[in-house]
Parts: sequence; C-alpha cells; structure tokens
Amino acid sequence: MKKFITSILLALTIAVPTVSSASEVIKVEKANIDLHNKQSLQRGAKYFVNYCMGCHSLSMSRYNRVATDLGLTPEQVQKNLIFTRTDGESAKVGELMKNGMTTKYGAEAFGNAPPDLSLEGRLRGADWIYTFLKSFYKDPTRPLGVNNTVFANVGMPHILWELQGMQELQHEAAPAEGAHAAANAHAEPKLVLSQPGKLSPTEYDRMVLDITNFLVYVSEPGKLHRQAVGIWVVLFLLVFIVVAYFLKKEYWKDVH
Amino acid sequence: MAERPAHEYTGFLGWVEDRFPLMETWNKHLAQYYAPKNFNFWYYFGSLAMLVLAIQIFSGLFLAFHYKPDADLAFASVEYIMRDVPGGWFIRYMHSTGASAFFIVVYLHMFRGMIYGSYKGKRELLWLIGMLIYVALMATAFMGYLLPWGQMSYWGAQVIINLFNTVPYIGHDLSVWLRGDYVLGDAALNRFFALHFFVPVIVLPALVFVHIVALHAVGSNNPDGVEIKQGPKGNRWAPDAPTDGIPFHPYYTVKDILGVAVFLLIFFAILFFMPEMGGYFIEQPNFEPANSLKTPLHIAPVWYFTPFYTVLRAVPDPWYGTLAMFAAIIVLFLLPWLDKNPLKSWRYRNQAHKINLLLFAVVFLVLGWMGVEAVTTVYKELGTRMTQIYFLFFVVLWLHSYPAKVNYKKWFGILLGIVVVYDLIFRLNLGDGAATTQMVLQFIWPVIYLAATLLLPALVPSFNQEKPVPERVTG
Repeated sequence: MKKFITSILLALTIAVPTVSSASEVIKVEKANIDLHNKQSLQRGAKYFVNYCMGCHSLSMSRYNRVATDLGLTPEQVQKNLIFTRTDGESAKVGELMKNGMTTKYGAEAFGNAPPDLSLEGRLRGADWIYTFLKSFYKDPTRPLGVNNTVFANVGMPHILWELQGMQELQHEAAPAEGAHAAANAHAEPKLVLSQPGKLSPTEYDRMVLDITNFLVYVSEPGKLHRQAVGIWVVLFLLVFIVVAYFLKKEYWKDVH
Repeated sequence: MAERPAHEYTGFLGWVEDRFPLMETWNKHLAQYYAPKNFNFWYYFGSLAMLVLAIQIFSGLFLAFHYKPDADLAFASVEYIMRDVPGGWFIRYMHSTGASAFFIVVYLHMFRGMIYGSYKGKRELLWLIGMLIYVALMATAFMGYLLPWGQMSYWGAQVIINLFNTVPYIGHDLSVWLRGDYVLGDAALNRFFALHFFVPVIVLPALVFVHIVALHAVGSNNPDGVEIKQGPKGNRWAPDAPTDGIPFHPYYTVKDILGVAVFLLIFFAILFFMPEMGGYFIEQPNFEPANSLKTPLHIAPVWYFTPFYTVLRAVPDPWYGTLAMFAAIIVLFLLPWLDKNPLKSWRYRNQAHKINLLLFAVVFLVLGWMGVEAVTTVYKELGTRMTQIYFLFFVVLWLHSYPAKVNYKKWFGILLGIVVVYDLIFRLNLGDGAATTQMVLQFIWPVIYLAATLLLPALVPSFNQEKPVPERVTG
C-alpha cells in the first residue's frame, strides 16, 4: 500500500511539471534543499565520494574545508570520506578533492570526460541537478543502455540504478477528452519505474536531494557565512543612515 | 613663479604650508569651493562614482595578490580566492558587484548631465573628459571580464575582438595585433590583465583628476541651470563668494556621507544576499571554464554593454554594425554641440524636450533588455527600431535647440521619411514574411517617438512653451 501511494506521488511529481511545458524548455522539479541542514550535507558528501567521485572531481574544494563546514573532524574525513590517492598514498585531508581519472581516459570511456563538479551547483542550479539524477531511463540505443530526459544523450551511465531501479519512458498520450484532445496530442512522455531498486522512490528522492544539497554547498562554501555576516552589515548601515541623516540635517540648518 | 598667498597657519601645519600647498588645496577644492546650494538627488552620483573607483582599485589590488593571469590557472585561481583565501569571497564580490555599481552610478551621473544641461556654459571640456572616463571605464570592464576565464568571459571577448576583424583591409592584422595571437588565449589573457591594472589605476584616476579640475575651474551646474557665479556676491563665509553657493565642506561632505550610506546599504545587500543578481552581475555560464571548442548557445555580454550590443546586432552587415555601435558612443561626445538651446535645465525647457529625454532613457533600457535576450523575429525588430530611435534622439535634441524657429512638421516628415527609406533600401526582405510583418507592425515605435517629440509641440502650443529661468536658484 505504501509503495502504491509513493509511486502515485512520484508519478504526480513527475507529471506536474510537464503539464503545460513548451516542447523546447526542459522543466525541472523544485529541489527543496537546505544548506544549513548539516546532516543532509554530510550524507550528500558520503554519497558523493562513494558513487560520484570515481569519475567526477571537486578539484576546487579541499577535504578539510568540507570537514570544517560540515561539522566533521579531520580524522572522520580521513577515515570515511577519502578514497582518492596521491602518488600511491591516500590523499591527505588538506588536499584538493581530485580523483585519478585523466581527461583522456574519461573521454575514451564516455565520449566526453566527466566534468569537474566543483561549480555545478552554480552553473546548473539545484533544481537541474536534482531532476537530472531522477531522470535516467532505459534506452537500448545508447552505448550504456540509458538516456536522460533532462540531458539528452548524456554520456553518463545511470550510476545509481541499483538504488533507484530502472525507469522507462512511456510515450502514450494522456487520456484525452473533448476539447483538450488536440492539446494533449503533444503530451510529454512520462517516466515510469519499471524495475524497482533497493530504495523506495521516497528514499531515493531524499538521497538525490542530499547529493544536490552537497553539490550546491560545495559550489560556494562561503554562502554558509556570507548571509549571516550580511545581516549585521545591513543592520549597521541602517543605524548609520539615521545618524548620517541627522548629522546632515544639523549642518544644513543654517542653509537658507 | 607667482607668489603664493600668505597664510596664518602655525605650528606643524604652518611648517607644512610653507613648503606644500596643503591647506591651500583643501580650501580651494573643499572648504572654500562654493557649490550651488540646491543640489538634489541626482548630484550624489559623482561622488559615488569616485567611491566605487576606490572600491574597485583596492578590491582589485587584493584580488591581484592571488589571481594568476594564465589560461591554465586563471579559472582555478578565482575559485581559490573564493574558497581558500581568507575573506576572498568578500573581496571578489566587492569587485564584481562594484563593476556593475560603477556603471549604474555613471549612467545616472551622465543622465543628470543631460537633464540639467551640465555640458553647457563653458562645460564642454568637462563633458568630453567625462566621456573619456566612460570609454576608459568600458575598456577596463571589458578587459576585466575576460580575467575569470569562464565561458562567457571567453566568448564575450571573442565576439568583441572579432568585431575588429570586420574592419576592411587591416581587420585581420588588427585583431591579431590586439590578441597577440591568432586565437584568443594565454597571450590575450596576460595583456588584458596588465591593461586591466594599468587603465583603472593610472589612466582613470588621472582623468578623474582632470575632470574635477575642469569642474572646479568653471563651477558646478545645478538643477536650475542658473550660473551662481553670475548672480549676487557675498555670503556668510566670504564677501566675494556667490550668494547662492555654500562651501562644499562641510555641507556637501555631510550630505554625501548620507548618500554613501544609502548606496552602501544597497551595495552590500546585493553583495551579501544576491551577488549574482539573478545572473546579471555574474552570468551563470561563467561558472564553466573557458572552452574554445564549445560555443555557448546564447552569448550575452554583461548588462552594461547590452544597449550597444543591440545596436551592433541591429545592423545585419558586421562592419556597418560595428560602425553603428561605435557611432552610438561617439555621438554622446557631441552632445554639447548638438544641444544648442541656451536654457540648461529641463525644468525650463519645453515639454517636448522632457519627453524626448525620458523616451531616450526608456529606449536605452529597452536596448539593454534586447541585448540580453536571444534573437527572435519580434525582438530583432524591436532592437532595430530602438536603435533607430536612439540615433533619432540626437537629431530631435538638436531641433529642440530652437523651439521658436524650427518647423516641427517638416522635420517630422523628413525624419520619418529617413526611417522609411532606410527600411526599404536596407532592411526590406519580402521573402521573410514574419520579419516583414514585424517591420510594419513595429513601425509604430518611431512614429510614436517622433509624434511625441515633434508633432506634439507643433500641434499643442503648451508642449512647446519654455518657461522663464529665475534669476537665482530655487529651493
């Protein structure tokens, strides 16, 4: 029963954005991320180093910066999050989060070298990443057997398929009625989970959300602090404006 | 050598004053520089422009401590500043927000000059120096935008440098000379970095200095356009000072402190809470490193260049488009000689002149908007029509110099005729039905513009009525 409801919910969340979409614009789902949810960021970091980092580096980010911002000790990070090596030795906590895959190897294996994701959160945005990770589907015509509705003909395999299961793209038009029939003739294809994975759709969504949250955090670590600083700056200036206003008024009393 | 005026300073200040005109300069340009007492909101932007210049120079210096002008290292060094340099993100956002803030205050400062006729009354050189500052500022901003070496940095610079390719005969050699290479790459990045340091740190402050020397020699204009130096003499501070003048210091210094505070509130609100400003101050594609093999689908320059970018795109031939773009900037230099009306401020000019200035502001904004949008048939036509109005503005401005003498109806016919002839000869393509339809439909824009600025004063006398200028400044 629970599975039935969640699959309906999943179908709805996919269906909703496609309701009135223009054919060329890719509609993305809203990713409800929270940069101040440290547990979510920690889980996101864990998923990233386990599932993503074999191919994708975060070459602008350092392990220890992630540790500080996510409330982890350097030892915890060294033990649990560092799988990359530098000159044969496990990478040190102060190093950049680079993997060992060369551009040449990546290009040979996937057509295009997997991009560095340090700034993906700012380049594409949270909603895009979130929807992208949920939009792989089975496509036997592709070299790796999968395609993606957000990023057509992407070279990336569905690395999380064991967890999500496999989706299929259903082209059948939505049930058309009366006057809406013509409009619905171009109804967007739907993604339907044809082979369940280890995680329920709800669990998978949460996992993808955590990865998205982490990638958005890592694209601008300063964001965690800048808004907090900004509030004080703005408050100071508001007070200063009042002082400056009365100072001006006092001086200008004798201008007639 | 002329004798320096005697002074009464004693002690250390007296010792210095004997050897260096410290207080003499202070008095000449601040404490005893008499500015009109009726400056309004529009008069904040000159001092704010100097503030932003200082912000840019000092934040830029700190960025240069860490930045690497090397095609392989530049992009990562910017992210190094954003992440590993203590407070680096703050320095970088000061600089990126400052760049846009600079153009906002400078555009407002220039528009102030236009509405109050601040280029008149022996202020032509002041205006020309100001225009040189504006051109130097655009060059600086253009070169600075290449430095992060992101996709938009790269392709924006590619588009602009390729404009020089369109120059007949020497175009190819010229663009190679500018880049220092056959392709845009490390050589260009290195020299852009050098120039981006040289121009704003040496050239801009020098021009600003000359701008202020010229201003203080002639004296400031004001919202009434009344010359206070020609008015009565004697005020509370000096018997020979203009009665309507007040010492710049302390009156305008304390007033400018208030202006600075309000400006900084907006500046820091953007910096801390929305540094990308919705993709206008920092464009999203610039978060991807420059890639010479991957052209972005949609190349848009930063917002402050987009009005001129639209002018460029409005002319199909690249060489003539380039000429049109530069003409759009050069024609601004000529304002003091186009607007010959002896009245300075729009307060006392006719209504048609006010409408002309307001429509010019609107047209400039629409041109800017068109520059960030991808080209569609509708937008292309709108951009072209706005470009036509942009240039018509300067003719209408010239006509409004002589409101009593000019034959408005005749000029309405002539100017509209020029637009029609231009459209028929250079733009009409009957093979493209959609474009032709848009051309006909959007013909309404130049008609409305010319009707509002030329027909209205011809048909409704109150729109052509100039008001008497008061003897003294008001308010």
